[in-house]
Amino acid sequence: MKQISRLLAATAASVVVALVAAGCGSSDTSTPSASSSTGRPAPPTLTAATAVGAGEGELNIVVWAGYAENGSTDPAVDWVSPFTSATGCKVNVKTGNTSDEMVTLMSTGQYDGVSASGDASLRLIYGGDVAPVNTDLVPNYKTVSDFLKLKEWNSVNGIAYGIPHGWGANVLAYNPAVVTPAPTSWGAVFDPASPYAGKITAYDSPIYIADAALYLSKTKPELKITNPYALDETQFAAAVALLKLQRPLISQYWAAYTDEVTSFGAQSTVLGTAWQINVNLINGEGKVKVESLVPSEGATGWSDTWMIASKAAHPNCMYKWMDWIVSPKVNAQVAEWFGEAPAQTLACAETSDKNFCDGYHATDAAYANSISYWTTPTTDCLDGRGAICKDYSAWSQAWTEIKG
Amino acid sequence: MVAPTTQPTTSASRGRSSSVSSYLYRHPRLRLAGLLSAPMLWLVVLYLGSLTIMLVAAFWSTDSFTGALVKKPTLSNFHTLLTGQVYWVVALRTLGIAVLVTLIDLVLAIPLAFTAAKVVRSRRLRYALVIAVTMPLWAGYLVKGYAMQTMFINNGVIDWMLAPLGLKGPGLGLAATIFSLAYLWLPYMVLPVYAGMERVPSSLLEASGDLGASTSQTFRGVLLPMIFPALIAGSIFTFSLTLGDYIMVKIVGGTTQMFANIIYDSFGVANNLPLAAAAAFFPIIVIICYLLAVRRTGALDNL
Amino acid sequence: MTFSNRTRWFLSVVTMLILVYVYFPLLVVLVNSFNSSKVFSWPPTSFTTDWWVKAATNDGVRAAVLTSVKAGLGATFIALLLGSMIAFAVSRYDFFGRESVSFLVILPIALPGIITGIALNSAFRSVLVPLGVSFGLITVVIGHATFCIVVVFNNVLARLRRTGTSLEEAAMDLGAGPFQTFRDITFPAVRSALVAGALLAFALSFDEIVVTTFTAGPGIETLPQWIFNNLFRPNQGPIINAVAAALLIAFIAPVYLAMRMSDGPSRVAQVGAEP
Repeated sequence: MKQISRLLAATAASVVVALVAAGCGSSDTSTPSASSSTGRPAPPTLTAATAVGAGEGELNIVVWAGYAENGSTDPAVDWVSPFTSATGCKVNVKTGNTSDEMVTLMSTGQYDGVSASGDASLRLIYGGDVAPVNTDLVPNYKTVSDFLKLKEWNSVNGIAYGIPHGWGANVLAYNPAVVTPAPTSWGAVFDPASPYAGKITAYDSPIYIADAALYLSKTKPELKITNPYALDETQFAAAVALLKLQRPLISQYWAAYTDEVTSFGAQSTVLGTAWQINVNLINGEGKVKVESLVPSEGATGWSDTWMIASKAAHPNCMYKWMDWIVSPKVNAQVAEWFGEAPAQTLACAETSDKNFCDGYHATDAAYANSISYWTTPTTDCLDGRGAICKDYSAWSQAWTEIKG
Repeated sequence: MVAPTTQPTTSASRGRSSSVSSYLYRHPRLRLAGLLSAPMLWLVVLYLGSLTIMLVAAFWSTDSFTGALVKKPTLSNFHTLLTGQVYWVVALRTLGIAVLVTLIDLVLAIPLAFTAAKVVRSRRLRYALVIAVTMPLWAGYLVKGYAMQTMFINNGVIDWMLAPLGLKGPGLGLAATIFSLAYLWLPYMVLPVYAGMERVPSSLLEASGDLGASTSQTFRGVLLPMIFPALIAGSIFTFSLTLGDYIMVKIVGGTTQMFANIIYDSFGVANNLPLAAAAAFFPIIVIICYLLAVRRTGALDNL
Repeated sequence: MTFSNRTRWFLSVVTMLILVYVYFPLLVVLVNSFNSSKVFSWPPTSFTTDWWVKAATNDGVRAAVLTSVKAGLGATFIALLLGSMIAFAVSRYDFFGRESVSFLVILPIALPGIITGIALNSAFRSVLVPLGVSFGLITVVIGHATFCIVVVFNNVLARLRRTGTSLEEAAMDLGAGPFQTFRDITFPAVRSALVAGALLAFALSFDEIVVTTFTAGPGIETLPQWIFNNLFRPNQGPIINAVAAALLIAFIAPVYLAMRMSDGPSRVAQVGAEP
């Protein structure tokens, strides 16, 4: 038994070794030089491909659930197998549940590409994990909605880093059998005296802080919030305080969308933020009827972009994939399956439900511009006020605190 | 071991392998080195080495925007964890859950193991009981997790069963988490406790009975002290497994957070290995302290 | 020991209640695998065998089972080799640090899986990946083998301690060489312990999810990962109930076998519970 304590001592010693090694590791700094207060550094200089050659026979991608279906979910829902037969690229799909998980996965360097939302894309660009995209090599890019091209979440200094794929708003879903009158404002999920306390749901991600900020930007104009992703000390504190007040109202924070479907179905939840696909799934179940709307304050949302890894082992397959996924037919299939507006304008003619694009305002630039798309918060405020904003790691720690 | 000093000459057909083996046979230290080198390489270099690499990272930081590692020594992660009230709350909650889960499993495992080891007379029935408790181990962790969700969720199985009585279950949350974890780890407690009970000679219990002790006196005065190390052995598992669990609480915990969620979220979600590594110190320290504390009971021999 | 009827009655009732607590949720899984609802819901809406048909014909499940079997076999092989080597060393030799070695074998299972997982992940990333070895099935095998060593070690060690060395000594006294002694005496004595250890190691690897999450490369999906990924997909949930029910039934035979091969129920305690 004495030897056990000796081993424990050895374990302790390894901690000491760890300390020393940490000290020695300092020469090995690998950060971009100017991430401090002087503003955002330029992303690592990487060049886009100039030609697409023959496929490499394989492709590893990180995707949102539902973006790369190979028929295993539903045999009728399959746009991966035709891609494989057309290009010879065998596709390995890794589902990322959150944007943060996607950034983590991409940083391993094992994947060729990712369907990144705006709160992941900039981190990937500045982390050097993704390379610029030569849009000339993606013929279907030409007919992608113009209001999605070269936006702040998919480009830097006019250089495109990806191909827009689809977009949508985080809607307010409610169970009309319980929630009356119908809510018109996000206030419904933030009201401490809500009659639905304990039956409200919220999205389990630091990015949800922006939903609170968006609500405050309309209800507390004195805070002067212009962009829910650019929050200074006071604005951030107000948003976090609002969410802490909301915490006792919450039945469950949902991260995986099936969690929300289950909890609406069981009526553990009757009100809360949702994706359109969740609403469709709940209604498809037929047990509970759920309505959704974009409240008067507007909504946060996502605009997803296919990006290519800077160290992609199969770049040609990735370019072929990016063109495939925004081709009119496939883009229509994905959009209908996932429940979002397709980026490809020609996709609207290919949907099985001819009113699909109208329902999602797919070609309505004004509607698209009214959504506050997920964007990574940075110290250097996105609204140009200087380096006074809370960055994503602060958001992330605050989120742990909010959940308690 | 009594080593024969001379070996009969081996037949030529066994040739070289035999001479190698004889050589090894005459050099036990060499044999020992041969036996231990590969496993030690694995456990010390690969396993302890990996642990060290992770723990080193606790003293680094990440670039807040890109998430790249900044390999400059800093105590900022520990500062964040030690000064953030939420981390203390979650750590204490997790310890509390671990204690409750352990207690529930003890309360369930002792009578079950006692019945199987000492009360049931038929060997077949005894085996059947132990198999019955072991089987759910193979049902799959996630499947059992979602089964528990179906039980506890609003309008779920528990509510459905209690409805005729006019009662309602606790719903998803802290209570559901505790009962689900106790459910999942029960076999890990039953098995060492059963093994411990089996080792107690029945004659000893009979002697106690013959001397006039009641069943409960025998149980408390004779059996319990003898199986104490086995109870501790089981508790090491329920404790360690609870400290490391982050999936079940997501499934049945409602808004509850446990400590492993902080580790997982820091690493898998926020891509902040240094913070995750710093947080990992907590379960490592708790478990090593626990092992040290129970070392004298002989529980580790029962593991 | 004799018990009063009241004590017997009380203990039987308690035992039955505990078995109900253990099996009721599994029964719910089985019932739900025939429930036509697409998400987990109770009570079942209507009867269907669709999920069983879908589970049986699903390519994803088959591929995942194959991956799990490969990972399990690889991990079991390494665990058998390393676990029995340590067991021989610990039982047959007295050396400095012997108890530390036993303790070191326990450590990977005593520390939470998330710690083992993150540690291996960061080690692979900082050591293996720069060498050009990427995450894949092999990294999963390494991760699983690390915590499987202990089950083989325990089974073999218990057997070696019980059989002692007298038979081996007798064999050698009678003129058998060390290899012959091993082949004819030692190996047959530990054979069933090896089988039991191997079965348990395989089963442990088969249900592992946390370490797998951190060590699997792209395109590697074990069965628990497949289950995890499909829980988060529309229209897939109930297939999992069918797969789970099938697995449970499939596992009855190996568990029974493990129990027969090892020294009765108490050694099955080593399922992972007794490192």
